[in-house]
Parts: sequence; C-alpha cells; structure tokens
Amino acid sequence: MSASDALFEPRKQRRALVARLFHAACVLITGGAVVVLGVLLYRVWHDGSELLSLEFLDRFPSQITPEKAGVKSALWGTVWLIGLTAAVAIPTGVGAAVYLQEYAPRNAFTRLIQLNIANLAGVPSIVYGLLGLAVFVRWLRFDRSVLSGSLTMSLLILPVVIIASREAIAAVPNSIREAAFALGATRWQTVRHHVLPAAAPGILTGVILSMARAMGETAPLIMIGALTYIRFVPGGTHEAAPGLAGWVGWFGEAIRDPFVVLPIQIFNWAEQAQPIFHKLAAAGIVVLLTVMLILNGAAVVLRAFWQRKQP
Amino acid sequence: MKLTGLEVRPPMTRTADSVRTSFVVEPKPVPERTPSVISIDRLSVLYGTHVAVKEVSMEIAERRVTAIIGPSGCGKSTLLRSINRMNDFIAGIGFQGAIRFRGRDIRDPGYDPIDLRRSVGMVFQKPNPFPKSIYRNVAWGAAINGYRGDLTQLVEDALKKAALWEEVKDKLSQSALALSGGQQQRLCIARAIALQPEVLLMDEPCSALDPIATARIEDLIDKLKAQYTVVLVTHNMQQAGRVSDYTAFMYMGELIEMDATGRIFTNPQVRKTQDYITGRFG
Ligand SMILES: Nc1ncnc2c1ncn2[C@@H]1O[C@H](COP(=O)(O)OP(=O)(O)OP(=O)(O)O)[C@@H](O)[C@H]1O
Ligand SMILES: [Mg+2]
Repeated sequence: MSASDALFEPRKQRRALVARLFHAACVLITGGAVVVLGVLLYRVWHDGSELLSLEFLDRFPSQITPEKAGVKSALWGTVWLIGLTAAVAIPTGVGAAVYLQEYAPRNAFTRLIQLNIANLAGVPSIVYGLLGLAVFVRWLRFDRSVLSGSLTMSLLILPVVIIASREAIAAVPNSIREAAFALGATRWQTVRHHVLPAAAPGILTGVILSMARAMGETAPLIMIGALTYIRFVPGGTHEAAPGLAGWVGWFGEAIRDPFVVLPIQIFNWAEQAQPIFHKLAAAGIVVLLTVMLILNGAAVVLRAFWQRKQP
Repeated sequence: MKLTGLEVRPPMTRTADSVRTSFVVEPKPVPERTPSVISIDRLSVLYGTHVAVKEVSMEIAERRVTAIIGPSGCGKSTLLRSINRMNDFIAGIGFQGAIRFRGRDIRDPGYDPIDLRRSVGMVFQKPNPFPKSIYRNVAWGAAINGYRGDLTQLVEDALKKAALWEEVKDKLSQSALALSGGQQQRLCIARAIALQPEVLLMDEPCSALDPIATARIEDLIDKLKAQYTVVLVTHNMQQAGRVSDYTAFMYMGELIEMDATGRIFTNPQVRKTQDYITGRFG
C-alpha cells in the first residue's frame, strides 16, 4: 500500500462499464445505419431489377414505350457533367487551397476570403442554380448546355474542395517544409514534391465527396434547365473531323449540347403515375449507385497506389 | 581529445563541484586559429515586440565546431535559424544588425536565400526525414539543385560520411520513416552533407537520441570538421566540452561570453557562465 492510494479513487468498474456502454452504443448506431441502408437497397433492387439489363444502359428514355426506355442519355450526361466538373473544379480548388495555405500572406484579407469560402459551402444549391442561369446560360450564352451545368456544379463544389484540400495541406507537418527549404528548395519544389504528395490522400477524400455530391445534385440543374426527354448524348449528333483540330471542334460542339443527368431522369420517372415508370426510376437509381460505387472504388485504388508509391 | 573526466556519471554523484574539478584536471587545448566564415554583427531578432536575440556579435571560425549553450528560451535556436534565414517564414519577425557569410550580408536584397541555404545546411532538433525512401531523402536536395554527377555515388558517399551506410545499404528504397530515431537523425545529416555545404547548423541534434546514437553523432561531428564548419546548439555541457572548439554562452538573448571551449570550461571570465556550466542554474 503506497501513500498515494488514499489520494486516488480509480473506480475501475465504473469506468469499464462506461467504456462498454459507449462501445455498445457505437455498434448499435452503426448497425442501425447499415440495416436502414440495406432495406433501401433491397427495395430499390426489388423494384428495378426486372428492367435492369445492359440494353437499359443503351436505350434512350421514351414516353410512349416506357417498357423499352433506358438511361443512355442520362448516364452519358452524368459522365460528361462529372468529367467536366472534375476538370474545372479540382485544379481550381486545389490551386486555391495551395495558394491560401502556402503562399497567401496571413492577413485580414486572407481571413476574410477564408470566411467567405466557408460561408459559400453552406449556400443552398438552388442559389448556385440561379447564378448559373444568370451567368452561364444567359450572360455568357452557353445556353442550357452540359458546359453551363458543369460550370454551375463546379461553383457549387468548389468551396468544399478548397476547404478539404486546405485542411489536408495544413495537416502536413511544418518540419517537412523546413527540411525542404533548408536544402535550398524553392517554395514550388517544396509544395510539388513534399506538401502535395503528403496531402494527396486527404485532398482525394474531399474531391470524392464533392464529386459524389455533384453527381447527386438535381436542383441547380433543373434551374439551368437540364431537359428530360433527350434522345441523344452530348456530342452524339456531331461528326468529328479527322485529326486533333477536328476532335477539338467536336468537343467544343459536344459541351454545348443540351443534356440530362441520372438524378433528373430518375426524378422525372418517379413523378409519373403509371407503375412502369416507378420501376424505371428504381432501375435508374441502381445505375446511379453503381456509377458512384465505381467512382469511389477508383478513388480507393488510386489512394492505395499513391501511398504505395510514396517511398 | 576526449575529456574523460566529463563522462556521464550517475546524477546523484555529479555535483557541481565534481564537474568543475574534472575540467580543471584536463583542460582542452586552444584550437589553431582559422579565418571567420560567418560574422554576426550586433544582430537582434524580434518576434513582434519580444526581443529573442539582443545585439549578438560573433565570428564563426572555418572548419571548427562552435557550440552555443545557454538555458532554454535564451535565443539559441533563433540565432541559429537566422544564419540560414529559416526564420524568414515566421510572421512578424524583425531583424536588426547583420549576418555576413563570407563577407556578404545575407539579408542583402540581391542575395537569394536559396543560394544561402545551399551553402549553409541545417540539421533540426527533431529528425525530420521526408516520408520517402532513404535514397530519395539523400538524393532530393542534390537533384533539385541540379547536381550533375552520379547521384547514386553521392548518396552512398553521404551515407558513409554520416556513418549510416552499413545499416541501410540493403534497404535504400525503403521508407525513411521505418528507421530508428538515431538513424533518422544521421539520415538528416547525410541529407544535409550530400549538398556539400560549407557550414552545417545543428540544433540539438542529439536531444532525441540514446547515448550510443549520441556518441556516434558526436564522432561524426568530429570527423565533419575536417571539411565543414559546424555550429552546434546543445543543452548538454559534456557534449559541448567533448566536440566543440569554441563555445558561446547565451543568456536571455544576449551573448554573455564566447571563447575557446577549453577556456570557457576552465576559466570563464563571467560569473554567469561559470554558474551555468557548473550547473548552479539553468
Ligand atoms: N515563432 C516564435 N514566435 C514568437 N516567439 C518565439 C518564437 N520562437 C521562439 N520564440 C521566443 O523567443 C525566445 C527564444 O526562443 P528560442 O527558440 O530561440 O530559444 P532556445 O534558446 O532555442 O530554447 P531551447 O533551448 O528551449 O530550444 C523564447 O522566449 C521564445 O518564447
Ligand atoms: Mg531551441
């Protein structure tokens, strides 16, 4: 018996009990979430599996023969939208984060910008739709095109990309920067070779989350007028002339095409009265979830590859 | 060379007097004079309004080891980091006075800090290898500075000089983070000397290390001074006594006394220095 025993009251049983209770609560909550998700997936699969087939992916939607309808235009619309959004938002967002974190002077102006970005992340998506309608559709005359949609989506997810990237960059220990600078590195060499690789997993997580959001968003696209019954895919009605210039021309035409995306297509089907459309909606949801799964899977593989490549 | 009387003793028996007498028994010879590489001229460094370094002037002799000692918070790191302009990144820092490297003011607007840091390397208190392979850690600095020779050879030479080659030669492509703390610190030294700097600044390089790793790094510093000028910040009096040629004692931002190590430890001119090195305060 040491003298300190009188001063400490370990209450080990109570502490162990609290620990066990907390553990149980965590398991319960996680389990509950998984069960709810499982039920939802089952319902969707149950309703949609009947119509799901490879042809479903390769048929255009149809009002007149819904049993022969498919998601081709919506699937390709989503692919184009996500591709263009990623091409615009990732470099801009990561670039802005690098600037704010590594280059910008720490003054009131920078703080104001940071505060604004945080606020923008909380602005309702419909507001971005209005902005897109005013700026891209009307003012810049991009019309109701996949380009307008992507730019609007880019604005929508940019704050999230910037914030997530900044967090990831800020988490890179300063000692690594000091090590690089002490070897006579420039700021760019330090950022390029050490800060960005170390922050890449965190940046990727933020990017994936925002891409998933962009894929599921409907409101801003309805606002800028992504149509519903479209019987072609972006670029599908143009011929690419041979050579790089021809391809670029085709691309320029394609991004000006009207488009529809999966969530809008699903929303439209779900609105119809006949039960067949509800089955189409369910099948569309399965397609959307699969695309998201593929995207997330790709991110996981990419991240693992990066981490293995690090040394 | 080694001051045997200074070897570590159990704390209970290491009274101030016993340490002190041990210096008297074996004084360290005064080193041969060499030209000054770095001259610090009435340098003051301020963090905002807080004066961390106050009108410090000192000359750093070429191919000698200069130790900077002093109680925690007296401005040793601030002074050291000013020499290769690592303090530039701190917001609100202010400088007065001058530091000259080979006669040239390092704060001269035309003097690119990148050139300075290439010639004045630094080893930090905590080992900070890049989360990359051992090879890349050593090769990177040379690569970004446009090294035109054989990188593989350079890496091998640097690791050999840092007394690490035997331990890592079979795992150069493995992550540096898998090394022990002492190995990581020697890797950081290898990384710094791969650039073939003229001066090596070391901020408590052994503070996170066990006595064996410490002894190795001390041996290494002893070898390095054949080629490099070393400035070493240390909290360890024995270490300062063992490896340095000159010792500077700082207190509350001021340079109290600087002299040949043998003289500082046996016959300090200022009372405060004596109190500090004999462990009466600090
Ligand atoms: N980045 C900073 N911002 C503001 N003040 C600082 C900063 N770094 C150091 N200081 C202050 O400057 C003084 C000197 O610090 P410095 O790190 O140079 O001390 P030191 O002698 O290296 O101490 P130690 O032996 O503990 O490492 C201290 O009072 C410290 O609080
Ligand atoms: Mg220090």
